[in-house]
This record gives sequence, C-alpha cells and structure tokens, in this order.
Amino acid sequence: MTVTVLLFASYADAIGMSSLAVDLPPGATVNDVVDHVRALPGAHRLPPQPLLAVNERYARENHVLAPNDEVAIIPPVAGG
Amino acid sequence: MRTAIVDHSLDPTALLSEVAQVGNGAVLLFVGTVRDVNDGRPVSGMEYKAYRTMADRELGDIVREAAVQFGTHDIVVEHRLGVLGLGDASVAIAVAHPHRGCAYDASRYIIEQLKQRVPIWKLEHYADGTREWVGAAHQPGGEDV
Repeated sequence: MTVTVLLFASYADAIGMSSLAVDLPPGATVNDVVDHVRALPGAHRLPPQPLLAVNERYARENHVLAPNDEVAIIPPVAGG
Repeated sequence: MRTAIVDHSLDPTALLSEVAQVGNGAVLLFVGTVRDVNDGRPVSGMEYKAYRTMADRELGDIVREAAVQFGTHDIVVEHRLGVLGLGDASVAIAVAHPHRGCAYDASRYIIEQLKQRVPIWKLEHYADGTREWVGAAHQPGGEDV
C-alpha cells in the first residue's frame, strides 16, 4: 500500500522536500514511515520522537496505517 | 463560534461585533502581534506557515472545547499566515460571556492550547538578515534543526 508523507518547516528544509509517497506492507505503522524517512539524506536531524499525525489527527507511533493515509511529521509548533 | 486561518491582515476589533450580545456582560479581545526582539535577537519580521487543513480542524476543536468548558458559544478566532511585519497581528481571539471570569479563562485556554496543538510554524527574520524556524533549536532530545 502507498501512504503520503508530509514534512513541514524545519523538517522539510532539512530533508529537502515537503511530501513523498511511501510504499509499505499491509499492517505497517506510523513508526515504519518514520523509519523510512530517517533513511533520507538530512533526516538525521529529526528528533528521536517527533510529533506525528495521521489524516490530520495527532497519532502515536504504533498507529496502524491504511492505504492512502496521510502521515504528517510535525516539527515543534509555534503558532500565536 | 467561528475560526479561520487567513492570508490577509487581521481586523481584530471587527471580531467584537460578532461575539457581542446583550446577555454578555464581558467582551474580551486578545491580539497576538509580531515582537521586535526574541531571545535577545532583534527581529525584522515573521513568516507563518501551516499544515492548513489540520490547523483548521485543530483550532475548531479547541474552540469547541472552550465553549463546553466555559459555557459560551460567542467565540471567534482568526490566525494569519504569510509574511508579517513588526507589530502586525498574527492572531485575534474574541470571547464574550455573561461574566468576566469565564471570558478570561476561555481566552487563556484558547491561546495556550493553540500554541501547543495547532500545526503552525514561524520563520523568524532577524535584523542581521538570517532566518530561523522558531522552536526548532529547542526540540527536546533532538539536534538543532
């Protein structure tokens, strides 16, 4: 299955892209997505436990993904 | 209740008429603006970006929580994105309630939750020409990004 991964702000700058498609086996979790992203150049700058969201909701690393889910890796937020 | 993430300049006082009602004895307006110094560094401007669809959803959730918790539906919140100059309003929160205590509590709840939960980031532009994502250097356990 394929999921879309979104990167923002400092993470997008570090990795050099703001979205990518990732192919995963059925039953894969958000943690598998993070592992995939960690293998990209520049991704060593991600923190050990980044904030994560699935389909616009904050999610845990063990959240099981479905095809076409949108996974966001969220830098420290700074609104206001 | 209304929330909006917008790309144009804010008109905070215009929000007051949206929340005012004769039953509301307290009408409160909070305006967040771009400050000229952060962590001792002179700032020349600020650029706000968001995960827009999630920011809309999260901000809506926060306002609905505040409505239930503090007992008023007369709440309007706008957050601006894009490049802002010094003194420009980045966020405006209008709350009205029959009594002032709940109005202050609701307003405080909304801005504190917004800062913790809504996926918005700011790229600070410093007077020396450099730029830095706010908070990126302070991620616990991580390297400076």
